[in-house]
Amino acid sequence: MAKSALLKSSIAKKYWMALTGLFLCLFLAGHLAGNLQLIFSDALHFNQYALFMTSNPAVKLLSYLTYISILFHAVDGFLLTYQNIKARPIGYAKNNPSKNSSISSRNMAVLGTLILVFIVTHMVNFWAKMHFDENMPLQTITVEAMGQKQELYLTTNEGYMPVAQVAKSYEDATKTGAQSYIANRTEFYNTQAKVKIGEGYKDLHKITVAFFKDAKFGLIATILYVIAMAVLAFHLLHGFSSAFQSLGLNNPNWTPKIKFFGAAFAIIVPILFAIIPVYIHFFLK
Amino acid sequence: MSSAKNININLKIWRQKNAKAKGSMETYKLDNVSTASSFLEMLDQLNEQLINDKKEPVAFDHDCREGICGMCSLYINGRAHGPDTGTTTCQLHMRKFNDGDTIFIEPWRSKAFPVVKDLVVDRSAFDRIQQAGGFVSVNTSGNTIDANATPIPKQDADKAFEAAACIGCGACVATCKNGSAMLFVGAKVSQYALLPQGKVEASQRVLNMVRQMDEEGFGNCTNTGACEVECPKGISLENIARMNREFLKASIK
Ligand code: SF4
Ligand code: FES
Repeated sequence: MAKSALLKSSIAKKYWMALTGLFLCLFLAGHLAGNLQLIFSDALHFNQYALFMTSNPAVKLLSYLTYISILFHAVDGFLLTYQNIKARPIGYAKNNPSKNSSISSRNMAVLGTLILVFIVTHMVNFWAKMHFDENMPLQTITVEAMGQKQELYLTTNEGYMPVAQVAKSYEDATKTGAQSYIANRTEFYNTQAKVKIGEGYKDLHKITVAFFKDAKFGLIATILYVIAMAVLAFHLLHGFSSAFQSLGLNNPNWTPKIKFFGAAFAIIVPILFAIIPVYIHFFLK
Repeated sequence: MSSAKNININLKIWRQKNAKAKGSMETYKLDNVSTASSFLEMLDQLNEQLINDKKEPVAFDHDCREGICGMCSLYINGRAHGPDTGTTTCQLHMRKFNDGDTIFIEPWRSKAFPVVKDLVVDRSAFDRIQQAGGFVSVNTSGNTIDANATPIPKQDADKAFEAAACIGCGACVATCKNGSAMLFVGAKVSQYALLPQGKVEASQRVLNMVRQMDEEGFGNCTNTGACEVECPKGISLENIARMNREFLKASIK
């Protein structure tokens, strides 16, 4: 009895909603710290950070936890909403809910669905490119020596590979006679010896900047991103403190503090997220 | 200090012959309603008018008419128990309304509270939840101890008393966008959980009452807080949080 109650009962669903929601708040804080490097750091450091985030085993574990949390939060949310609609088959001819509850609290499902749509498009635009796109560019720098411009790949061991000498694949290298080639998307190999001589950085920075600076879609992407962050703010405005109530934490001492912190988190975090594409689109040179 | 006057009002009332009938909102005109009369007296006046016109009077629930029995249950102008807070429908007065107002009157809307007739709903789901665990088992065969012989911290006694003020009216369910009964069940779980007499059966109580609540078809709480605002007895959301804690404790035992 007790075990099934922890999965099926209405209160159990609240716990899971609260736990996954709070974990996702932590994720947001971490993600934001990473994103802010787009403003406060340079391309190399941002790409190094992106490499760390996609290769470190501990981070990997956290990212799987995040995917699971998002899925569970969404599925649980849909289930709750479905049951709650069923709980009132006939609605009121006249209803005045603004007198007793906040607009965010009454629209969590709609806000959540919009956020889910955002997450999917966001992952298609960045996460999927980072993970699967065969044409993901590697970071290069341009140096000028004796009046000649040269493009160099940056390698993870702080070295350089002249772009002109690196072929896109082994086949290309044998045809063009290039000294080295790229394999496994990021690894540089010596053509003769077929041994790995270095590794490049996927240029997530370039992809991101190009996305928001795109002549055709950059502005609309920026606007949609800002709207999504506003939606997130409203979702958090109710969700953050609500999670503590669900977990059973409500007392005169803590609740006002949680509500205050929750409201601050709900406003500050989305604003900081939103500033980044605005900065890229309008101000980044 | 009688500043009472008479007003003319329009009423839009849910009429439904019986549990199976479809039902619809009907419009009535009622003149010369004294602002000194209570809301239920106004409905009495309407019913007299309907009876005089050889029409079926409006069925609505009421008993004590002084805010203690929890029988009166009307959704008035989009709010449970009407525009006042901290009052039941029977404590609402016509001075809250103006001449020419149109007043919507609907029954509680919840799958677990089916309409019996017009504005009367069947709230026996609450009774079944109560029967599932809202009690303490004591041996009454002649050796009962005086309740005051068990010392109880004043703070706990006060909180238990506040929770026990719930009159089971169902406004929390009616007003909740999810049709959740958690404020009611939270209050009932709390009033026992806070007292030494109730602690003995605390685990089974919360598990059984929550299970019954779910089985009755009430929705899931999403912490909108609407129930706390509309509850005529000011039952606090702290009681729901306490129930959640009690439930977690009982579940992992
Ligand atoms: S908690 Fe308040 S609104 Fe709900 S049944 Fe009890 S008295 Fe009525
Ligand atoms: S009739 Fe008893 S509380 Fe209103």
